[in-house]
Amino acid sequence: MIKLVYLIPLLPLIGFVIIGLFGKTFSKGLIGIIGCGSILGAFALSLGIFFELIGQTEKSITIDLFSWITAGKLSIPFSFLIDPLSSLFLLIITGVGFLIHLYSTGYMSHDEGFYRFFAYLNLFIFFMLLLVLGSNYLIMFVGWEGVGLCSYLLIGFWFKNTAYNNAAKKAFIMNRIGDLGFLLGIILIYVTFGSISYHDVFMQAKNFSTGNPVLTAITLLLFVGAMGKSAQLPLYTWLPDAMAGPTPVSALIHAATMVTAGIYMIARSNILYTLAPFSMEVVAVVGVCTALFAATIGLAQNDIKKVLAYSTVSQLGYMFLALGVGAYTGAVFHVMTHAFFKALLFLGAGSVIHAMGGEQDIRSMGGLKKYLPITHLTFLLGTLAIVGFPGFSGFFSKDEILAHAYEHNKVLWFLGILTAAMTTFYMFRLYFLTFKGDFRGTHDQEHHLHESPKSMTIPLIVLAILSVIGGFIGIPKVLGGTHFLDHFLKPVFEDSSFRMVHHLSEGTELMLMAVAISVMGISLYYAFTTYVKNKTLPAPESEELKPIHKLVYKKYWIDEIYSTVITKPLNFISEGLYKVIDNELIDAIVNGIGSLIKWKSSKIRLIQNGNIGFYIFVMVISIVLILFTRLI
Amino acid sequence: MSAIEVVPLNWYLMLSTILFTIGVLGVLFRRNAIIIFMSIELMLNAVNLLLVAFSSYLSDSKGQVFVFFIMAVAAAEVAVGLAILMMVYRNTKSSDINVLNKLKW
Amino acid sequence: MITILLIFFPLLAALLLLLVNAERAKNIALFAAIIEFGISIFAVTQFQHNADVQFEASIPWIQSLGIAFHVGMDGISLLLVLLTTFLVPIIILTSFKNDYKNPAAFYALILSMQMALVGVFVSLDGFLFYVFWELALIPIYFICLLWGGENRAMITFKFFIYTLAGSLLMLMGLIFLYQHTEGIHSFNMEALYKAGQSLSATQQGYVFVAIFMAFAIKMPIFPFHTWQPDTYTTAPTSGTMMLSGIMLKMGTYGLIRWLLPVVPLGLQQWGHLAILLSVIGIVYASCIAIVQKDFKRLIAYSSIAHVGLISAGILAANVQGVQGAMIQMLSHGVNVVGLFFIVDIIQQRTQTREISSLGGIRNVNPQFAVLFLIILLGSVALPLTNGFVGEFLLLNGVYQYSAAMAAFAGLSVILGAVYMLRSYQSIMLGEINTITAAFAPLSGNEKIVLVILCAAIIAFGVYPKPLLDIAEPSVIKLVEGVQTALGK
Repeated sequence: MIKLVYLIPLLPLIGFVIIGLFGKTFSKGLIGIIGCGSILGAFALSLGIFFELIGQTEKSITIDLFSWITAGKLSIPFSFLIDPLSSLFLLIITGVGFLIHLYSTGYMSHDEGFYRFFAYLNLFIFFMLLLVLGSNYLIMFVGWEGVGLCSYLLIGFWFKNTAYNNAAKKAFIMNRIGDLGFLLGIILIYVTFGSISYHDVFMQAKNFSTGNPVLTAITLLLFVGAMGKSAQLPLYTWLPDAMAGPTPVSALIHAATMVTAGIYMIARSNILYTLAPFSMEVVAVVGVCTALFAATIGLAQNDIKKVLAYSTVSQLGYMFLALGVGAYTGAVFHVMTHAFFKALLFLGAGSVIHAMGGEQDIRSMGGLKKYLPITHLTFLLGTLAIVGFPGFSGFFSKDEILAHAYEHNKVLWFLGILTAAMTTFYMFRLYFLTFKGDFRGTHDQEHHLHESPKSMTIPLIVLAILSVIGGFIGIPKVLGGTHFLDHFLKPVFEDSSFRMVHHLSEGTELMLMAVAISVMGISLYYAFTTYVKNKTLPAPESEELKPIHKLVYKKYWIDEIYSTVITKPLNFISEGLYKVIDNELIDAIVNGIGSLIKWKSSKIRLIQNGNIGFYIFVMVISIVLILFTRLI
Repeated sequence: MSAIEVVPLNWYLMLSTILFTIGVLGVLFRRNAIIIFMSIELMLNAVNLLLVAFSSYLSDSKGQVFVFFIMAVAAAEVAVGLAILMMVYRNTKSSDINVLNKLKW
Repeated sequence: MITILLIFFPLLAALLLLLVNAERAKNIALFAAIIEFGISIFAVTQFQHNADVQFEASIPWIQSLGIAFHVGMDGISLLLVLLTTFLVPIIILTSFKNDYKNPAAFYALILSMQMALVGVFVSLDGFLFYVFWELALIPIYFICLLWGGENRAMITFKFFIYTLAGSLLMLMGLIFLYQHTEGIHSFNMEALYKAGQSLSATQQGYVFVAIFMAFAIKMPIFPFHTWQPDTYTTAPTSGTMMLSGIMLKMGTYGLIRWLLPVVPLGLQQWGHLAILLSVIGIVYASCIAIVQKDFKRLIAYSSIAHVGLISAGILAANVQGVQGAMIQMLSHGVNVVGLFFIVDIIQQRTQTREISSLGGIRNVNPQFAVLFLIILLGSVALPLTNGFVGEFLLLNGVYQYSAAMAAFAGLSVILGAVYMLRSYQSIMLGEINTITAAFAPLSGNEKIVLVILCAAIIAFGVYPKPLLDIAEPSVIKLVEGVQTALGK
């Protein structure tokens, strides 16, 4: 089965080519079958590989396809690596990807760009699979930039709308900033290790001492790439804007898979990070700051997708916190559970938006519980999962992260708990305002309300089940579990394990859990009293907000600040370079040399005055002079 | 001893120099195109004289070959030059070279 | 033999064109160019993958001065010959819909330019190289002058004089080297290499500056670039393609063949400054491209940015840099021809090139939008397009020279995306307006050209190995020569 791994990315690629070239003439049903079928095939293969990997002792298999780039000593094969980490990601990508494909056949059924949508989606899956399958950094980079392209295409899917196009462009450019860091990191890896294949690099890295400046530089550069792709401070602003794309895209790309690429990359390079404690510290601090920062913004947003977007940024911050404190398994665990519940929440939001006829403002919703029973129930389960309600998947992954954070640094832990409290508040705020209370929309909308078709509800149900039980593969020992995931991923993180010693006693761990649960409970109660008991509603657009509220509502004016500090000066400088330096200086010098010669010539030509006698005189004098100089 | 070698070589040198100088000065200071032309011929012939003299004294016939070349060139020059002069004269009613100052700048 | 055929076949075809009547000229030109491409493909199949010069031919020419008609190809030459012969038929095909007056003369000039370009790439004699170098300038001068746009006389004049001034410096450099060749002076390449390397460091520095100037102007490198945007904008599209797609590579090829191995010590003295200029040019031109309003001019500036990176990679003088430069020369040739063709298609249909006045073309012509996007992605160096392979190797090469410079040069990754996506959005996306509403579908010829270019972009992005393999032995030999001379 593992020998067939090349089929996993190949199937979506074939799907993309067929749909892309001929999709226009196909019926929507056929497109759906090709699109979903190719992903389902890939999922089946991934499943097979997953179990084969569990069953065998050899945990890291490289499959060479062909030699891609060679130049002198640099040789980069196009090859895939199968190990527990990549096989887990394969499952997440193809599994969640398939469900979202299925959902899209219902969600996008009225769109004229149906075939285009599926073509892009398949292309995205292809690149995402390359990203996690590659056996060296450059293949990862191929997938990395490829998913960026698909993200660009899908955010700007409705290309007639300028705002959507701007969001797409912003996403691509911000990602490119990160990509430059990543690329330079790869080059530095090559220069340092003479190879960029994981195997060679990690083997050699073991011989480096902890805190080696080169490793610190490499890991920081790689982290810049992760900041762009996984929307961390300060490169996060593209992700909320990216919600301009169709909702399944937000669920698949901007929640479940693509944005977790940064976590995958760092988890993959765990040995390098472990040897660079300073970078780990940076990762943890950036992660926790992002988590907190995005959570505060999430508190005041009124767009259902914006809330989820900021929540995604915040949860990604959580994952980086986990990586930064050395909890690699915890980070990957959270990637998985987050993929389930965040995809579920986005798809649920999509179902709501679908029912509301495109309305996304939660101030116009309310009381949707009775109109959309399935959506309501699944959304509630997703919410419980994300806030870490005991027993739900998010509980276990969050708990693991917080425990490691506590062990590493109490301040990080405190900020993490604070974030968790905010997450609970804004998620329940979202849930209450959307599903509880009375309907606040127009009559037309109320009339239009309906539960979504089966193709949309089935993925919701499956994801809801996964969100509930997904945590059971990582039940910590203190609760009597075996933590299957930890064992499964052990071969990947083995070399970094010397830093991951577990100091915490069982009592402390249980205490931390209790603190987390009680904080969640308090926050939940507060949200309940505010939005259900007191029926408080968010202020309408026209109302003047209190300064702090306004600051948060306006997202700290970060976009405006970037525009003033970066975009506008860049344009101004470019304009200056063009008009002043290029035209007025350099070109003027070039033209000036021409003019100077012309002017001098106009003076010199006067010597030719037409007087033959003068010419002859000059000639004779010259001859005499030449003779003198040569003869004397 | 040929007829040429009756006269010492120095005398030829001196005569040639005098003739050549007259030619140069004529070209420099006269304004009539015909006279300038004649002065040029004088310079050429001064050189010819010298060539013949040396050729004879050194018993080398190459010098005389050169003389023939120069005579041919001079003849061609006269043919072309006088034709141009004729045209100039017809158009300007003058053979003064200072009239010919239109070819400038 | 095959090299000589490659040089003179286009010339014969050009002469033939002058005899036939005007209507048939374009077809005959295309036919000839395709045959020429076939010949070069044949040469590729016959090519042995080693560092030797192959298909060599030497005919005595001006023996008293030690000048011979000495031609031959190693991997480096072969790749550029391949680029030339691949692009010329495409360029001819793109011009089919333009009704140029006096087509026979036009195509004859294109073909004779091809002759000179091939000649530049295969010359193994300094004097011959110089002759072809200057010869290439004459047809393009007339193409720009006779078929160009607004204010062409002035702009073409400037272009001609500017490049000619540079070439004269190169001639001085070559003659200086010639004077120092051992024994009977000769313009033979190997002799010139030896002469150059035997010079003192200071002398090598002078020669470096003189020869580098010629190449810097031709490529062009900041700050010698100001002729380029005007010329590219004014020249007829085919002329622009010839200039940017192929002629520009004369400069980069010159760096590889006639500068690095000749005066390595000169590189040591001046290389830092030269790389610095190249790298500044990358960012500088990218910034300027952001604010361009004319799409053709924007591409002209983007070309300066790309070529700056190529030049920096070559001057870094390591295998990755030079190999990257080789691949990037080919990629840039393909991409820039595609981009200029897109400008031409848009201009033909809308009579404008102003970015802001266009919009929404994707609504009326989705096919064109996709093909444009692929070419654009090649140009911004997305992985799995040809542009990426070159850019990665080049940045790698520059990084080994100086990390800071590579980081600075890498800004083009970001800025390139900025200006390209901005213009793509403004031209193709959004709502249609009165200018773009009647955007006609692509004609058969246009589709063929764009599809060929896109196929090349993707094919050599996914599998660049055949091209890399052709150049590799020669590049390694050359770089090793330079490194040895530098005592590294």
